[in-house]
Amino acid sequence: MSAPLLEVRDLRVGFATEGGLLQAVDGVSFEVRPGEVVAIVGESGSGKSVTAQTIIGLTRSKNARIEGSVTFEGTELLEAPDATLRKLRGDRVAMIFQDPMTSFNPVYRLGKQIAEAIRAHRPEISKGEAGERAIELFESVGIPDPKHRVDCYPHEFSGGMRQRAMIAMALALEPDLLIADEPTTALDVTIQAQIMDLLRELNERRNLATILITHDLGVVAEAADRVLVMYAGRVVEQGTLEQIFYDPQHPYTWGLMGSLSRLDRPRPKRLPQIAGAPPSLLALPEGCSFRPRCPHEFESCTDLPPLEARLTEEPGHCDRCWLSPDEKRQKRQVGGQIGLEAPAP
Amino acid sequence: MSTETLLEVADLVKHFPVKRGVLVDRTVDHVKAVDGISFSISRGQTLGLVGESGSGKSTACRAILGLTKPTSGSIRFEGSEIAGLSRRAMRPYRREMQMIFQDPYASLNPRKRVGHIVGDPLKRQRVASGSELKKRVQELLDRVGLSPEHYNRYPHEFSGGQRQRIGIARALALQPKLVICDEPVSALDVSIQAQIINLLDDLQDEFGLTYLFVAHDIGVVRHISDRIAVMNQGKIVEEGSADQVCERPVDPYTKKLLAAVPVPDPREARARRAGAASAG
Repeated sequence: MSAPLLEVRDLRVGFATEGGLLQAVDGVSFEVRPGEVVAIVGESGSGKSVTAQTIIGLTRSKNARIEGSVTFEGTELLEAPDATLRKLRGDRVAMIFQDPMTSFNPVYRLGKQIAEAIRAHRPEISKGEAGERAIELFESVGIPDPKHRVDCYPHEFSGGMRQRAMIAMALALEPDLLIADEPTTALDVTIQAQIMDLLRELNERRNLATILITHDLGVVAEAADRVLVMYAGRVVEQGTLEQIFYDPQHPYTWGLMGSLSRLDRPRPKRLPQIAGAPPSLLALPEGCSFRPRCPHEFESCTDLPPLEARLTEEPGHCDRCWLSPDEKRQKRQVGGQIGLEAPAP
Repeated sequence: MSTETLLEVADLVKHFPVKRGVLVDRTVDHVKAVDGISFSISRGQTLGLVGESGSGKSTACRAILGLTKPTSGSIRFEGSEIAGLSRRAMRPYRREMQMIFQDPYASLNPRKRVGHIVGDPLKRQRVASGSELKKRVQELLDRVGLSPEHYNRYPHEFSGGQRQRIGIARALALQPKLVICDEPVSALDVSIQAQIINLLDDLQDEFGLTYLFVAHDIGVVRHISDRIAVMNQGKIVEEGSADQVCERPVDPYTKKLLAAVPVPDPREARARRAGAASAG
C-alpha cells in the first residue's frame, strides 16, 4: 500500500459563538492515499464540510479553535502560514463545491478564469499557453466544442456543464488531492451519473486522491473506497465501503441505510424513519449524541463510546456504540434488511 | 377505492414567447415549457410527476393552480373547467387546491409568527377568526407533529423538517381536496425525508387527500405514488402504475432516468457498471 498523501489526526474545530463554544468537528482522524476515494457522509451540521474546509485552511478565523494535525506529504498544514496554504490550494489540492453557479465570477469568460488560475500559480506560462490549456481541460472533462465554449460566460452554461467547467478549473494544475463537497447535489440524476463517471475516471487514470463529501449513500456506493459516517461533529463509524454497507455497526448508519427509498426492492408500506432531529451542537446530549433518537439505548450510553475497532477480524472498522457486535448484528435486522427499529410507542 | 376523477388535465399547453426588438417586440420563437400534456387523478390517489429540471413539471403545477395562464388546453377540477379563469372566478377553487413548496426556508414569511402563517388562509377565506381560529391552528400544528406551544414562535426557530411541517399545516388549513407537493423533501436531510413522506402518507389516509407529487427523486416518487407520469421536454413520455413505470419501463427516456439513479449497494453498483461497460 502506498504512503498516505493526507493524514488527518484527531482534528477538532470549534467556533466561539454567542451561545458558547460550538464544537463543529470533534476528533476526526483518517488518511487518504493516492487514487483513493474517501467519502464523508452526514447530514447538515454533522461537521463534514467543516472538516474538509479546515484541511485547506478555509475555516481559519479569529473565533475558530482548531486543534489536532493535518499533514500533506508530511507537511503540517494546521500550523502552516497562509502563503503556504495559498500555494497548496489549487496547485496540489483543489476543491469543488456544490453550487457551480456561485463559484465562478459571472462577468469573466470561463476560459479566461481558468487561464488566470493557471497563471496565478505558474507565472512562467504565457497567456496564450494558458488559454490553450483551458481548451484542453474543457475537452478532458467532456465539454463539447471546447474551442468555442471557453469564450462563454458562466450563465451560458447549464448546471451540469458549469460543474464540468468547475472540475476543469480544479484540475488545471493537476492536483494530487481533490476535495469534492456535494459535487452532484444540485444536478439532475442523469447529469450526476456523468459527473460521477468523470470523477471515477480521473481517480483511475490520474491517480487522483479524492475526499467526497455527500449525504447521498447511493453516490457513496458508486464511488467510494472508504467511508466515514459523521453525526453531530463526531465520526460514529468508519471503515471500507463493504464494511459500512454490509456490516454496519452503528445504529445511525443502520437508520441511514433503512430510510432510503430503494428502487431495486419492493416498496415497504411505510418508509422506515429515524425519529426526532439531530441535536444542537451547543446542547449535545450527555454521552452518545445519537442516544435520544436511538431505540437501542441502554444505561452505558450516557458515557461517550470511544471510536474504536470492536470487531477482531476487521481492525480498520471503527464505531462509537457500546453494543456488542453480536447484539448489533441481531438488532439491525428489521424486516430482513438492515435498518433502525421503530421506537417503542 | 373510489375511482371518481378529481382533476383532469387535457392537452395542456404553455408556451412562453421569446421576444426580440427594441421598440416593437417581435415574437421570434416559443419556449415550449408544457407541450400538450394530459393526465387525470382519481380522488384519494397520488400521481407522481417525475422529470429533470426544465422538463416543465413546475410550469404544469403553476398552470393547474391558476398561477400562470395556459396557452391552450383544459383543466377540469371536479368536472368544472378552470383553465384561464379570472382571479375572482378562481377564488372558490383556491381553497380546494393547495401547494407545499420545496424550500421551507424561503416559503415562510420570516417576520410572521407560526400562528399567523398557518392561520392566514383561514382568515383570508373567512373560515374562522378569533379564538376559533387559534384553536383550529393549534389542532393543525398538533396534527403535523408540532406542538401547540409553537403558535407564537417565528420560522427561524425551527429546523428544516419542522418548517416543512409548518408548510404542510398551512396547506391543510382549508381542508383542500387536492394538494400539489412540489419537491417537498428534496431540501431536507435524509433522516428527516422519511418522516415527512410518512406524514404526508398518514394525512392522505386521514383526510382523503389527493396528491400531485412532483419530484426529481424517482425513489421517493415511487414510494408515495399510485401512478407515475414521466415528463421530458414538456411532454409526458410515459405513464403507468408506480411499480410498472419503475420495474418495467417502456420509454427510452424513462429507462435512462432509472438507470441513472445510483444504487445504494456497492456490489450491485459495480455489477451494473461492468454491465454498462460491456454493453457500451
